Amino acid sequence: MALTEQDIAWLARLSGLQLSADDQQRAQQELTRILGLIQELQAVDTHGIEPMAHPLAAHQDIALRLRDDAAEPPQSVVLRDTCMANAPAAHEGLFLVPTVIE
Amino acid sequence: MTLLSEFPSIPDLNLALREHRVNAVELATDALRAARSHADPHVFLHIDDELTLAQARDADHALAAGTAGPLTGIPIAHKDLFVTRGWRTTASSKMLANYTSPFDATVVDHLRTAGTVSLGKLSCDEFAMGSGNENSAFGPVRNPWDPDRVPGGSSGGSAAAVAARLVMAATGTDTGGSVRQPAALCGVSGIKPTYGTVSRYGIIAYASSLDQAGPLARNACDLVPILDAMSGFDANDSTSLESCDGKPNATGRIQADFSAAQSRFEAAGARPLHGLRIGVPREFFNEGLAACVAEAIESALKVFESLGATRVDISLPRTRLSIPAYYVIAPAEASSNLSRYDGVRYGHRAEHYGDLIDMTSRSRTEGFGDEVRRRILVGTYVLSHGYYDAYYLQAQRVRRMIVDDFQRALTEECDVIMGPVTPDVARRIGDNKQDPIADWLADIYTLGVSLAGLPGMSVPCGFGGSAGRLPIGLQLVGRYFDEGRLLAIADRYQQVTDWHQRIPGLA
Amino acid sequence: MDWEIVIGLETHTQLSTQSKIFSRSSTQFGAVPNTQANAVDMALPGSLPVMNRGAVERAIRFGLAIGATVANRSVFARKNYFYPDLPKNYQISQFELPIVIGGKLSFFVGEQEHTINLTRAHLEEDAGKSLHEHFQGPHGESSSGIDLNRAGTPLLEIVSEPEMRSAAEAVAYARALHGLVVWLGISDGNMQEGSFRCDANVSVRPKGQKAFGTRCEIKNINSFRFIERAIQYEARRQIELIEDGGTVRQETRLYDSERDETRTMRSKEDSNDYRYFPDPDLPPLIVSQDWIEHVRAALPELPAAKRARFESDMGLTAYDAAQLTLHRAIADYFEAAAGALPADQAKQAANWILGELSAALNRDELEIGRSPVSPARLAALIQRIQDGTISNKIARDVFTAMWSGESGGDPDAIIEARGLRQISDTGAIEAMIDAVLAAHPAIVEEYRAGKQKAFNSLVGQVMKAARGKANPQQVNTLLKQKLGG
Repeated sequence: MALTEQDIAWLARLSGLQLSADDQQRAQQELTRILGLIQELQAVDTHGIEPMAHPLAAHQDIALRLRDDAAEPPQSVVLRDTCMANAPAAHEGLFLVPTVIE
Repeated sequence: MTLLSEFPSIPDLNLALREHRVNAVELATDALRAARSHADPHVFLHIDDELTLAQARDADHALAAGTAGPLTGIPIAHKDLFVTRGWRTTASSKMLANYTSPFDATVVDHLRTAGTVSLGKLSCDEFAMGSGNENSAFGPVRNPWDPDRVPGGSSGGSAAAVAARLVMAATGTDTGGSVRQPAALCGVSGIKPTYGTVSRYGIIAYASSLDQAGPLARNACDLVPILDAMSGFDANDSTSLESCDGKPNATGRIQADFSAAQSRFEAAGARPLHGLRIGVPREFFNEGLAACVAEAIESALKVFESLGATRVDISLPRTRLSIPAYYVIAPAEASSNLSRYDGVRYGHRAEHYGDLIDMTSRSRTEGFGDEVRRRILVGTYVLSHGYYDAYYLQAQRVRRMIVDDFQRALTEECDVIMGPVTPDVARRIGDNKQDPIADWLADIYTLGVSLAGLPGMSVPCGFGGSAGRLPIGLQLVGRYFDEGRLLAIADRYQQVTDWHQRIPGLA
Repeated sequence: MDWEIVIGLETHTQLSTQSKIFSRSSTQFGAVPNTQANAVDMALPGSLPVMNRGAVERAIRFGLAIGATVANRSVFARKNYFYPDLPKNYQISQFELPIVIGGKLSFFVGEQEHTINLTRAHLEEDAGKSLHEHFQGPHGESSSGIDLNRAGTPLLEIVSEPEMRSAAEAVAYARALHGLVVWLGISDGNMQEGSFRCDANVSVRPKGQKAFGTRCEIKNINSFRFIERAIQYEARRQIELIEDGGTVRQETRLYDSERDETRTMRSKEDSNDYRYFPDPDLPPLIVSQDWIEHVRAALPELPAAKRARFESDMGLTAYDAAQLTLHRAIADYFEAAAGALPADQAKQAANWILGELSAALNRDELEIGRSPVSPARLAALIQRIQDGTISNKIARDVFTAMWSGESGGDPDAIIEARGLRQISDTGAIEAMIDAVLAAHPAIVEEYRAGKQKAFNSLVGQVMKAARGKANPQQVNTLLKQKLGG
């Protein structure tokens, strides 16, 4: 089962990636090879088997733990700026991105 | 040679510190020197003398005040997948080349509180994706036993640092074998505990339902206090378990289980492992397994038999299927976990870009290496509409079947499973570049354990390769929450063998 | 061609928890940008979500209030798409297994009662905000600012079946839903602050056709008036388009309130494959029957139950009962006032609240909680009418005086101070009647000639002489007697 150029272009878009023509070609080949591997799963008869999301789910009941509804105090501006110190572009406490047109 | 190489174990070093034969600052100073001048400059990604010495001074205060614990003053280092304040955290990726976290991973916090002294951050495969530490954006790490070969991955830097005696122990993460496999290829001991026993908070997520932190050290005995300190329920991680089959998930559990098992073995006299049934999966001894590895495993199993254990032939019929199952689930979860890297709030932002979509996709494409991009594409594919059921859900169903296989073996047929970690010794750096799945296929013995969330470890059990100088690891797999006993079993083996005491040339 | 409009509403309600759904950050509105966004909200590497019990409890409350099934097991799923106000570039939501399934909501459209079925309600996290002021990026590019204070606020997404058939019905549904979430205390319903936002799915089809037409989604409408306008515009647009020979394209649209039109949105969500899958960081949410019963026991009396009680026990009309149970504060006010009155006067309380009091509140833009006239005082006023101290007409003047705080707002004090006591003394009234009859013989003649209007005129004269303070019933009775009719 081979992937087409369009498949790769669409996949790249969904994945938030921008591949050069060369990269796209390579990705097409590699992904086709990988699909061949994962296709082995199709041959397995899994009728009646539930998907397993948490590895210990068969060993014990795994339920979502809930925390009490209590708020931590707001951060000081200084602390906020520390958290935002890694931002590539920021201004007066806001993250900057190229304008989004609705 | 480093000061650290003079001490064969953590308890030895800890005793020396408590008896003031050596102090934490001088130990740390020497370790920093060794780290900076180490023949392989790519092992450490970030070293900061002042941060390390500050921790060493804290350790010396505790030692002077008599409040020191078993890990006080012990030099360790963290895989660069654990976020740390002070030191940068890069995940070995261009994407996070200049990222400094405002908080510490829970594991980092626990080990600091226990008194360890961190030498800095260790290289790994980018975002934990890889099995040769070649996928680091900052240079490949070399196997201390042969610099032309890989140390394994993704925790290659951790294994290399321990093997080279640069640290007494290192943290790693294991998603599909990333602690066990590099431990095996570098001749050190490493363990991946039961999923949910060690907090994932502060670990840069790769595959959430598989990631688990685990230590590497020179021997099983040293792993005990480190793993014990790392473990425990964490309210910040919703997949963290509060209890382990009735016992609280807290520091002390593993130490207690280890000591109890050790005592039992002691008490049993000349055949300490009498009654222990070792399951050996026949599927692990397929044609893909190199002869030298098969021999080393066979020798190890004989040692266990001489200690009184019995070998049982078992079957894990879906061993081969663990590869496609893992390589659907892990990339799927990773593709989503890595979506946050978009150049908006942190991380790499492209120098030139047009609109918002262009900025995001350029930044991500520039920031991520080949293997990461590959896995993101696979992950996006298997989750996409029309393929979700056939791939992702199908893989999760097969996962359940694999878990059932392990459970059946471990409850009805044996007490522990043993076999190889890898099909062969360390390969050369640069091999397997042509085939994207060659490395994936070599994960065959470790993936199932990860899918099942069972505890698994690797201990050195011999050497192989053309010159017979490349380490081989023995894998031990236990029941859920059996870490303590597993370590005691490994410790027994290490009491009558010396593979773990060999030191590589690059040390 | 007779057209039918088909409408379904999806409502996003911010839940009134102290902290966010997956992090401990405060949910307070209006904070300095990014000071209420911690590591989890900013999706820093290594951060993980932890579920807020308060959000779950509110979802359970809602489910019970609408008679829905509260799922014992529901699953959080990731909805994957890239957008800067979505820090993880996925939203944690619920997909295949939501916490609330089914349910109904009843409300009045004019005098008619409607019941709409709900499909489901589920928990999810809110996104941050994009501020489109003209910031400059690192290369001078036109930039937007992202504030993540709102990111992670708990939302309950409530989905109705596409059973509404007019904009008016949709608005009535929205108002009733709004009233309910505020009533239950699960949301503050503050639409200006974005606590209650509606998306309208609108399509049209020829009357009688079973198949649905292509629908368009109008997003993020945050006022009832705009809901009505947007739906009306959109329905008209679609009908005109089809009648002109075109076809409706399925798309997402925005309502522009200034131009009163809907526009295509250049959408972040266009042709997107969300790749929903269960979030591996969050095990399934288990809600025990015990917990559900516990929440059920703690529920306040619901609007529907109160309405039924107002109708049966207090003799109100269905319409009045519905109006009084739109908001808990109004219902509480009514109950307090009616409680201070004899049972058969509950209706009077209803009339006064829905009439004079409502008008005054609207005029002064006050919530009933801020009414200067308390329920007890209103009840006292009503009693003065019933016991004949004042007439209904005078009572309105007294009410106005109470409203402005005259004489401390006390009806009795006002009546005293202004000398508004009704003249009920028979002798006094008879005397006035005699005087009027004597003064207006012509009108008396007209009355005797059969003109009913003349009677009213005489009544008017008597009231004038009494300066409005004569008991109207007595005037009527006594005048009739005197005229011998």
